[in-house]
Amino acid sequence: MALDEGTVARVAHLARIRVKDERLKPLAGELDTIVNWVEQLGEVDTNNVAPMTSVVEMQAHWRQDAVSDGGYSDRVTGNAPDGVADPEGAFYGVPKVVE
Amino acid sequence: MSKLIKGKTGEWEVVIGVETHAQVSSVSKLFSGSPTAFGAAPNSQVSLVDAAMPGMLPVVNGEAVRQAVRTGLALNAEINKHSVFARKNYFYPDLPQGYQISQYEEPIVGEGEIEVELEDGSTRTIGIERLHMEQDAGKSVHDRHPGKSYIDLNRAGVPLMEIVSKPDMRSAEEASAYVGKIRSILRAIGSCDGNMQEGSMRADINISVRKPGEELGIRAEVKNVNSLRFIRQAVEVEAKRQIRLLESGGTMVQETRLFDPDKGETRSMRSKEDAHDYRYFPDPDLLPVVFDDAFVAECKASLPELPDTRKARYVEAGVSADNATFIAGEQDHIHFFETLLAAGIDAKQAADFYTSEFLGRLNKADISIADAKVNAEALAGLLALVKDNTISGKIAKDVLDDMLESGEPAKAIVEAKGLVQITDSSAIEALVDQVIADNPNQVESYKANPKAIGWFVGQVMKASQGKANPGQVNQLLKQKLDG
Amino acid sequence: MSDLLDLSLAEASDKLRSREISATELTEAYIAAMAETVDLNCYITETPEKAREMAAASDARLAKGEGGAMEGIPIGMKDLFCTEGTLTTAASHILDGFVPPYESTVSGNLWDAGAVLLGKTNLDEFAMGSANITSYYGAVRNPWTRQSEPDTELVPGGSSGGSAGAVAARAALAATGTDTGGSIRQPASLTGLVGMKPTYGRCSRWGIVAFASSLDQAGPLTRTVRDSAIMLGVMAGHDPKDSTSVDTPVPDYGAALTGDIRGLKVGIPREYRIDGMPEEIEALWAQGVDWLKQAGAEIVDISLPHTKYALPAYYIVAPAEASSNLARYDGVRYGLRIDGETLDEMYANTRGEGFGDEVQRRVMIGTYVLSAGYYDAYYLQAQKVRTRISEDFRNAWDSCDVLLTPATPSAAFGVHEKFNDPIQMYLNDVFTVTGNLAGLPGISVPAGLDKDGLPLGLQILGRAFDEETVLKTAAVLEEASGFSALPALRAGRG
Repeated sequence: MALDEGTVARVAHLARIRVKDERLKPLAGELDTIVNWVEQLGEVDTNNVAPMTSVVEMQAHWRQDAVSDGGYSDRVTGNAPDGVADPEGAFYGVPKVVE
Repeated sequence: MSKLIKGKTGEWEVVIGVETHAQVSSVSKLFSGSPTAFGAAPNSQVSLVDAAMPGMLPVVNGEAVRQAVRTGLALNAEINKHSVFARKNYFYPDLPQGYQISQYEEPIVGEGEIEVELEDGSTRTIGIERLHMEQDAGKSVHDRHPGKSYIDLNRAGVPLMEIVSKPDMRSAEEASAYVGKIRSILRAIGSCDGNMQEGSMRADINISVRKPGEELGIRAEVKNVNSLRFIRQAVEVEAKRQIRLLESGGTMVQETRLFDPDKGETRSMRSKEDAHDYRYFPDPDLLPVVFDDAFVAECKASLPELPDTRKARYVEAGVSADNATFIAGEQDHIHFFETLLAAGIDAKQAADFYTSEFLGRLNKADISIADAKVNAEALAGLLALVKDNTISGKIAKDVLDDMLESGEPAKAIVEAKGLVQITDSSAIEALVDQVIADNPNQVESYKANPKAIGWFVGQVMKASQGKANPGQVNQLLKQKLDG
Repeated sequence: MSDLLDLSLAEASDKLRSREISATELTEAYIAAMAETVDLNCYITETPEKAREMAAASDARLAKGEGGAMEGIPIGMKDLFCTEGTLTTAASHILDGFVPPYESTVSGNLWDAGAVLLGKTNLDEFAMGSANITSYYGAVRNPWTRQSEPDTELVPGGSSGGSAGAVAARAALAATGTDTGGSIRQPASLTGLVGMKPTYGRCSRWGIVAFASSLDQAGPLTRTVRDSAIMLGVMAGHDPKDSTSVDTPVPDYGAALTGDIRGLKVGIPREYRIDGMPEEIEALWAQGVDWLKQAGAEIVDISLPHTKYALPAYYIVAPAEASSNLARYDGVRYGLRIDGETLDEMYANTRGEGFGDEVQRRVMIGTYVLSAGYYDAYYLQAQKVRTRISEDFRNAWDSCDVLLTPATPSAAFGVHEKFNDPIQMYLNDVFTVTGNLAGLPGISVPAGLDKDGLPLGLQILGRAFDEETVLKTAAVLEEASGFSALPALRAGRG
């Protein structure tokens, strides 16, 4: 199937990447080439083959339920492009969200 | 008992499924060691992992796994010894990773079922579709700046269990009873504190309507309904809205709606022109959650008595079914009731006194159990005085009023006010004789109508200022009047 | 001074310990070398002041007879490792100004062992590339040049191109890399270095900017196999903060370099003989077989039937994971923000400006293959093919202990030579990517020069967690090849 400009626009929106209109067509071409190339995977017989979910065969290690982190709002907000020092404390600022 | 709703074009059936989000009662987050406590300063309970700093990785909290398994067992559900965390991808500022770690195709708990009791005494079995673990999102604050929203990530990463019901409910009452039952089970086993006001338990209600026998209709999801009362109201108004819409020729759209309890309506939350495509895939930062039968057995052994078993035990002991369901459904009630039982109070008497006298007074005065000046031990002290005939049941009610007012123990009040019951037969006999002698006309009418003995009992009790033992009064009166 | 730059890590370590040289002296030589080779653009951020401080601290420890396994060794740190208090960019515009308030586990291990930070090395943006030409901070130039056309700028390979370039040009004694599809081994091969990717789970991924979580692994780029063994021993180890980090002890890799491979079974996978492979590579591979045979190894022909599907599977799995891993770069908590009227506009503007073309391409491919209706056909199928590829290796280990393959299908190429067709570029990883898909350890060892005097590498792949045999075999190859050529554009050449 051909990956058209509409699909690229939809995917770009899902990925929240602004793509200029004039880039849509060439990008569709590039992505279509890649997608066509990876489609050769369809040739592999994968009946009764489990998908790989973990590369290493090992048991997951579970954390103890104990407080061992946090308490440093300055460290987590220190790099924020719009860090807000509100009387209540430190927030991240973003354009108004309308629900 | 038809639950159908009458519309202009005939009867409609409402079909309800519920997704309950219950915060696991853990001290730390699902994938990091920052705290989960409620009400801290913004972004003060946020680790580098919760803030999704570059290169940060999740490590699962074993307590969340254990509580999910215990909850699954309490819901009579299938436990999956191999489950997988998956990423649900979408952009939102309170979702720092750009994805929520949840479980999708392979949840930790599969199908189960619970029984819910309805007001008419009947029960309904409601199917559980699944339970999975997931992380909560942060919070957007919209009211502190005219042009901006502020983001607080304190809740980001808090462990949740999402319990998904089958679309098995058919009325507002059933939906609310179901959530109430889930809540009492979670609280009984301690996997969630069930506090709907603080948001540690939230329900999303999926509602659709159809003509009986027809295919399922298109549903609306009503979000974050945070009390049992609101669940009832939300279902009622949403079902009515849908019926009105369909009967006036409209078509339903699948959408998310918000219940506004002030206006008593639901309204569309966000138009979904932007159809979600969550692109779930197994989280490569986490290994599958795997455990053995021994772990499940350990979880099972740790479960306390569940509400259904407890209720049955109470009914067996003589408690009415209504009271047994009521008490067994709530940890505070259980604590009071079990304290009364332990003090040797008769089960039926304890249940009746607790529900109608004690809670009745609290409700009237709008006092919570936690704020009442009478605790379980004090109440047991009061009923012990009735049990050993120190005071009558009637006096006990007056003493309870006093206790709730002053916080003094029952015994002190009874002694201070001289309320000790008169059990000396000669003293009672004197009062009985006096009343008979003073009321010859009444004695005559008693002969015609033996039920009038009640009037004599009342008079004797009055004369004793309520202190005479009513049993003895009755007995002596009968003797004298019949003799 | 140039003598100092020519010391291997092991040699420098000996001289530091015997106080024949000081860490400060060695570090100064490298700081000067960085300045001398600045045109190669190997570093995004140089940290000479920090280096001097760390070197002084090393000298103090060495004076007391203390110090770790890398004490006083000046290294380059791929700018994908978060370093506390030092700008970390992943070579992307989107991480503008990001100064991590934390240190990655692997870099922390290196500092604990006494290593000295020279600076943060250049890379392909978010480690996506095989030529180090996608960096927001500009391409890295390979210090090697073609004899026939010395002025043609060649790529160092990628994505750890800055690390490879720096070590080859004597602007670092060693450097860290990360390898998702070949990003350590391929640049090592193109710059005449030893590049080691350990088993998935051997090194912690905590604090490394993620590209593709199920494939990323950190490892060293060094001038010798012994240096690789020393540095890997420091980088590796269990980390409870990374769920995929393996809790097994780290062996003494240096002790594994016995030089004795008698009886070792070396598998030669027939599917690695690809169409259009240059004769020189074919010849070098045959030479490698010969060297190992002479050292007493037994050569076994084996088959890895699903090899041809490794690259396409990789180009589904890696972009899919990346599309999700890179969702956190949204202009809210760190890095670049390009404002917009609405939240969604802010996101799209930030990510449209902040990500370069190749990153955008991969994020979009990844988004596409995970989207509704395509998941089963692409992502799920790719993960199943991955299982098949793993099975191929498991079968191979029944008849051999390690595999010998070429490291790359060509020598270093010109900056503009392969840039037109993304798939042509992707083919650079054709020999290395299988090791990532199956999580296996692999090493690239310089083994010879092509007709234009450019280095070529051979690759050894081994069983999971058997880095020891991989390193041992690599050391034998290194010894046999006697590779000693040096790049033209190196520091200290007078």
